[in-house]
Amino acid sequence: MPAVGVDTNDELLSLRGIVKAFPGVLANDHIDFALRKGQIHTLLGENGAGKTTLVNILYGLYTPDEGEIRINGRTAHIKQPSDALSFGIGMVHQHFMLIPIMSVTENIILGNETTKYGFINRQKAKDKIRSLAQQYHFDLDPDALVRDLPIGSQQRVEIIKALYREAEILILDEPTAVLTTQETGELFSILRSMKDEGKSIIFISHKLKEVLEISDVITVLRNGKVVGSVKPDDTDEQQLASMMVGREVILQVEKQKMIRGAAVLKVGNLRVNDQRGLCAVNGVSFEVHEGEIFGIAGVQGNGQTELIQALTGLTPFQTGKISINNNGVSGMNPREVTVLGTAHIPEDRQQYGLVLPYPVRDNLILCSYYAAPFSRHHVFDFPSITSEATRLLEEYDIKAPGIHTITDTLSGGNQQKTVVARELAREIKLLIASQPTRGLDVGSIEYIHKKIVEARDNRCAVLLVSTELDEIMSLADTVAVMYKGEIVKTIPVEEATKEKLGLLMAGIDA
Amino acid sequence: MRAATGNVQKEYLLRTLSFCVLTLVVNILLILFSFRFRSDHSVSLLGFGKLGSIPIRTATAILILGCIGLAGSIAPLVKRLKVEVNVTFYITATGVVSALILWAAVGSIFDMVGLVALSLRLSTPIVLGAMAGMLCERTGVVNIAIEGMMLTAACVGFAATVYLNSLWLGLLCAILAGSVMAALHAFLSVSMITDQIVSGTVINILAVGLTGFIRRSFLVKAKLSRTAILPIISIPLLSKIPILGTIFFTNQPIVFFMMILVVLLTIAFFKTRWGLRTRAIGEHPEAADTVGINVFRMKYLNVMLGGAVAGLAGAWFSLETTGSFDDMMTNGKGFIALAAMIFGKWHPVGAFIGGLIFGFSDALQIIFQIKNIPIPFQFLWMMPYLITMIVLAGVIGKSTPPAADGEPYIKR
Amino acid sequence: MNLLKKLDKEWYRKLLLPLLAIITALAIGAVIIAASGASVIDAYQGLIEGAFGKPRAIAETLVVTTPYILTGLAVAFGFKCGLFNIGVEGQLYAGAVSAAFVGYAVKGLPVFIHLPLAMLVGVLGGAVWGAIPGYLKAKTGGHEVINTIMMNHIMLRLTDYLVKNPMLDPTASIPRTAYIEKTAYLPKIIPAFRLHWGFFIALAAVFAVYFILYKTTVGFEIRTVGHNQSAARYAGMNVTKNFILAMAVSGGLAGLAGANEVLGLNYYLPASFISGYGFDAIAIALLAKSNPFAIIPSALLWASLRNGAGLMQIRAGISIDLVNIIQACVIMFIAAPAIIRWIYRIKAVKAEGGMILTKGWGKA
Repeated sequence: MPAVGVDTNDELLSLRGIVKAFPGVLANDHIDFALRKGQIHTLLGENGAGKTTLVNILYGLYTPDEGEIRINGRTAHIKQPSDALSFGIGMVHQHFMLIPIMSVTENIILGNETTKYGFINRQKAKDKIRSLAQQYHFDLDPDALVRDLPIGSQQRVEIIKALYREAEILILDEPTAVLTTQETGELFSILRSMKDEGKSIIFISHKLKEVLEISDVITVLRNGKVVGSVKPDDTDEQQLASMMVGREVILQVEKQKMIRGAAVLKVGNLRVNDQRGLCAVNGVSFEVHEGEIFGIAGVQGNGQTELIQALTGLTPFQTGKISINNNGVSGMNPREVTVLGTAHIPEDRQQYGLVLPYPVRDNLILCSYYAAPFSRHHVFDFPSITSEATRLLEEYDIKAPGIHTITDTLSGGNQQKTVVARELAREIKLLIASQPTRGLDVGSIEYIHKKIVEARDNRCAVLLVSTELDEIMSLADTVAVMYKGEIVKTIPVEEATKEKLGLLMAGIDA
Repeated sequence: MRAATGNVQKEYLLRTLSFCVLTLVVNILLILFSFRFRSDHSVSLLGFGKLGSIPIRTATAILILGCIGLAGSIAPLVKRLKVEVNVTFYITATGVVSALILWAAVGSIFDMVGLVALSLRLSTPIVLGAMAGMLCERTGVVNIAIEGMMLTAACVGFAATVYLNSLWLGLLCAILAGSVMAALHAFLSVSMITDQIVSGTVINILAVGLTGFIRRSFLVKAKLSRTAILPIISIPLLSKIPILGTIFFTNQPIVFFMMILVVLLTIAFFKTRWGLRTRAIGEHPEAADTVGINVFRMKYLNVMLGGAVAGLAGAWFSLETTGSFDDMMTNGKGFIALAAMIFGKWHPVGAFIGGLIFGFSDALQIIFQIKNIPIPFQFLWMMPYLITMIVLAGVIGKSTPPAADGEPYIKR
Repeated sequence: MNLLKKLDKEWYRKLLLPLLAIITALAIGAVIIAASGASVIDAYQGLIEGAFGKPRAIAETLVVTTPYILTGLAVAFGFKCGLFNIGVEGQLYAGAVSAAFVGYAVKGLPVFIHLPLAMLVGVLGGAVWGAIPGYLKAKTGGHEVINTIMMNHIMLRLTDYLVKNPMLDPTASIPRTAYIEKTAYLPKIIPAFRLHWGFFIALAAVFAVYFILYKTTVGFEIRTVGHNQSAARYAGMNVTKNFILAMAVSGGLAGLAGANEVLGLNYYLPASFISGYGFDAIAIALLAKSNPFAIIPSALLWASLRNGAGLMQIRAGISIDLVNIIQACVIMFIAAPAIIRWIYRIKAVKAEGGMILTKGWGKA
């Protein structure tokens, strides 16, 4: 059965009844999908809808449990990436498959080297890379090291990598997640000129606006199933959103007007270096007040991570001042910052926020285990730990069989709720939340947004860092935009529009 | 792992200061030491092969060394000079070692050419071991089993020599034994996804058991308890060059193999397809996989190549040095080789230099014992191990391993 | 009891793999015995009788079990903090040298002061020797695996120097220290046998380690650092302090083993004192999956293999090194359970093991 709205004639690629199950999840449930030559076909869906699984099957990284892949009308057996490459399929992965310490040329020729007596012929490769870049109208230095390139250029290296192998079908998995509005525009013009050359593109995204802009056909996935296929002219954002989520979505968070109190967090002329010793935060100043959500917007990697690490005592800072409730934070360790009344929802919950092999109980007391009532004279008081953990499990609606369940086995949403429960359970004056909803399902996102607004209404100062403009615009009272380690501009949320923030995120203060 | 908090500047200053104070004390001791030779007007004789020997006034020379070291240890404190503490360390270390050599050279000629030649010879198993480790780690497999691979190869190589009556067949068997043990390491760590350090430990323990068993069950009953050793080969013409000819072109075969391998691997790692793919896997195996490279096959290939090189290093002990096999005869050299590899920042030439430093400290210790220098020999024995620890503590600066080193690659 | 209830459900599955690993390793041993022309039954009968045949044999096996428990605990404690302490051998020497020194050099103290003092100094000696690589790991990123091995070699030389020079008993015919004072003796349990009270000290150490690891905040911090350093720092724990502490406790346990050997068994320290306990300890901890209570049977197994090997050699003419091969196979199967599962067609169970180890060379 072909999916709705897809013409079965002149199909370049078709997937029939693809099934893929992981322990506990049916990631792909009888998916049909067809791509025609010269088409940009979008896969739209929420996190966990099964988009990435589907294209990974197509690229030979997963083997499907059931189903058939047909290319040019013939059954294709794709067991590993090299099979996909030989069928002319190229892929730009969500996490780039590039080696930072190697040059652009080395990255591109890897696996496809031209050799003479076993020695690599670099000159020939460089010439081909230059001519490919010219063909699609962009600059790329073949000798540059990948780690020195900005994210946008790294993505182009990935695209050239596929073109170098003469790919006819290009898969792009969430390519715009790391780009500014401007960079996205440049990417789209490259994609269009590829389309004009007769290449076919599978584009994956969950951003409605850009999907409507670039696609020829949009196929929506939900919970591993195809919901339907539509042409962009026949639909709008609201319809796509409800297809994606399966119900009417309230895109706006309900919140009262801000009643601003005294400043809780003061940051003055702060400079922080990253791990390589390069300046990551360059002279940043701002204040966060009681009852205010201060949102920091910006593309990933513009110094937000280092800023938060310095604020929470995880990393030392070079110069400047941080004070929380009029206590200087310089030289403090994370424990001392916590004791001042700070809660921290870290950007990377699995790396920083949780000890995954621990039971949920231990993660719920991870930041308060050292004091009464949970321990006395270094010896644990298990009854009071158990009762507190049980209470939090219920109050924060963490779906786990019990407090002894290993945290690793919980879903992402419930893991994040565990972090939120632990951090909000304390008496706090400042909440620092970094990317609090990244990679979560809509239900958990709504829940966490509600909790953040609740904290603000309880006279807590909230610092919210997010790369999702929608999140910033619906939660924040004040918006600051970070670009290359500096705050470009700070404005009340009422004055912020998506277009304006988009420009600011590219460093343009119009 | 640096301390999480506290002022970066302060920590850096503290480190610089403690280094300077330490080297200052050492150099003052060195200057005081020079007075010991002042009263009896000692003269040190440094020999340079056929070119004859140079006499040096011991007291004056050590005093100069001490003063240079003193200046060097104060330099980092003067901001304008921009001298790194590492430089201070090198100056002082060189000064102390030179002073010891001058001391040993008092009265009788100290053969400098012999010292360098011996260093090169003793560095052979370390450099080979380091390159074995590099072959594994450049493809992302940590190998702490070099010691065990060397020990097994030393034993099997010797046993094969005894029973097959041929040194060269013995050498071949040693290389094979090394790669068989490496195949086990690859199987455990690549296919079974065992922790690579545990897998290495298993092989090290297995090697002790296996070689002990072979020795007591078979070798002690064999007719020969000692065989000939691999012959010294002089390269025609080149070996006639004074000094260099003696050091580089008159050696036993495994020493030659070692020097050839350093050059060969440098080219192979950075100029060939194999090298590019190997390095890519060590940095980012998934990236290599997505462009169609068979990650598992490359890992097996390189780990087994590494085992073969470790086997060559093992043969150095039994077939090139003693002509016999003893329990635990590799004596921790496999671990020192890992330190040389880290010192050399995973580069063959760097590892060669690192290996030479260890070989040099071994050579010094042997010559000092022969010359009866009144330092307890146990302390001389400790030197290579102490140097290894100092090297690992990062006195030589940051050494970054391949990004995916030690991470098992689990195909999705 | 809560603990028993938990054991009841899980113990069968947890024991299955180690038991099969041991059986398979013994089977490989049998193949080697048969291949070298000896009788498998004679050999293994000798092995068992050598370890448990007579009361004296049992007592001797327990004598060896004592340091195995302590050194096994030492390695396991390091594992819990994500540290691989291969330096237990050196730390054991450090403990033995320190305890011996206090044992013979301090005179005129009553038993109840002298004996605990000698043991304490032994523990401290091991703890200091263990803390150094812990400090280096935390501060410079120098990998503890290499550093502890280097410190083993250094300790071996240092002990040799100390016993042959400043600590030498000039009246003795072999190079050794003087006999320790009677007031520092660890008493024997049964007068006729060599088994001493150190055995009970080792058992007490098992309970102490269990309590520290699972019932106190100290152990919680150590385990958290072991699982996830970033999360530990986030939670306000001092990673440096915990690395040093874990290595010091680990070294202290090894030092206690060394002190026991001097104070309870030999009453002096010989120069040629090569124990090998430190290396077997790694295997014991791996076999026990770092579980403090599982260290006891694991140590007992290793001790009986070591003690039975002599009679095996006499009965079947098989080299005692066979025991090493069997032991290596046991750890191999423990470390790579997939092999055992494949041989016996056992399905994998989720969330098994829970061993944490260091990988690579540590990114400083």
